Amino acid sequence: MADNQSPERFGQTPWQTVGPFFHYALPWKGGADLVGTSDLGARPDLIPSGHDLLHVAGPRGPVAGDIIEITGRVTDGAGEAVPDALVEIWQADSAGRYPSEADPSLAPAFPGFGRAATDEDGTFRFRTIRPGRVPGPGNSLQASHIAVGVLGRGLIKRLVTRLYFEDGEGLEDDPILGLVPAARRATLVARRAGDALWRFDIRLRGEHETVFFDI
Amino acid sequence: MAEPDAYAREDAGQPPSLHPPYKSTSLRSPSRPLVRIPQTLTETTGPRDAAGLMGPAMADLTAHHAGVPQGQRIIVAGRVLDERGRPAANTLVEIWQANAAGRYIHAKDQWDAPIDPNFTGMGRVITDAEGRYQFVTVRPGAYPWGNHDNAWRPSHIHLSLLGPAFATRLVTQMYFPDDPLIPLDPIACAVPQPFRDRLVARFDLDTTRPSWALGYLFDLVLRGPGATPMEA
Ligand SMILES: [Fe+2]
Repeated sequence: MADNQSPERFGQTPWQTVGPFFHYALPWKGGADLVGTSDLGARPDLIPSGHDLLHVAGPRGPVAGDIIEITGRVTDGAGEAVPDALVEIWQADSAGRYPSEADPSLAPAFPGFGRAATDEDGTFRFRTIRPGRVPGPGNSLQASHIAVGVLGRGLIKRLVTRLYFEDGEGLEDDPILGLVPAARRATLVARRAGDALWRFDIRLRGEHETVFFDI
Repeated sequence: MAEPDAYAREDAGQPPSLHPPYKSTSLRSPSRPLVRIPQTLTETTGPRDAAGLMGPAMADLTAHHAGVPQGQRIIVAGRVLDERGRPAANTLVEIWQANAAGRYIHAKDQWDAPIDPNFTGMGRVITDAEGRYQFVTVRPGAYPWGNHDNAWRPSHIHLSLLGPAFATRLVTQMYFPDDPLIPLDPIACAVPQPFRDRLVARFDLDTTRPSWALGYLFDLVLRGPGATPMEA
């Protein structure tokens, strides 16, 4: 019987859903707060007492850039809330740099990575900084954006999308947005909802369905 | 001329997002085709210090509480590799699972199987220089779910990895050999054969510790380097 160890089966491990019961394991406290030390991102209300072993984010150094808050709702093909989704983000710092092997000094102050479980209303919330622009294919420059991954019950594998900012420089010429049919680009653009508050809803299916990428 | 991808794309063994036998995919999978984009710096970079973010290793799931959990103690060991067989060293693997009776320590798990006060069922392991990891836990029980009449999930352990880049993210489930529920499970069966076999661990007597715990081997293979122009 062939199995995981059979040489003739060697290859990419297939994706499987996170299911509905990841809250006591995957989110960490502060996972959705990339600039501070709040508990944002976790759902301790779903963990019986005595079993909350979630990691608590430690203090960080000051991070350069404009602090912003991003909030939105994950909804399904019937327009209903998805209360058991997990939203992950990956972004550059305010100078448009990603933490890398080449420059590990960036990592401690600004992780660039965040994770937020949705609440009963399907809402997620991140505190982060507005990323700088990073290079794109060829000699292009990408508009300021955040990579977004969506996981959850009913999602067999991650869905990948991007968040752009409605007043972002270079939106018109962005090499990735340009690959998206014009009529659907709006699903990738966060709207200003307050001074430093941005609104970004994720519609998994149906009307105004969010554009998801094959990367 | 487009630049080559840094990482391989999904292979034929990856499941679709829409798999109607797993009912909740029908409202939670996109109806439009994915838009294929080149891999930019955004997709080819990733967090450097996952253990710093998500927490240090907690490799023994039987050691979280005052008492010993119920059930069959097991060791799960293996390697994290890329598609060329190169090890992913110092990478974080997050795991979670039901207890020996098939019950999750989660407020929304309403199945009428006992909670084990000595078992939470979550942990993290960090691979060594050869990409090896190992954790100690108990074998999770099968559990019923509401997908269809008399639906039962096979015993499984959930695993989550970041890998070196945003593009290499992987969340999967490990199954146990000779579990009759696997071919009946719409989630496992979202992966077509022969690729589903990749999700089934192997019992291993060398990993088994005498008079202590059964051992299972399970390797995790992340997306490898993209094809170079020479190979394309
Ligand atoms: Fe599960």
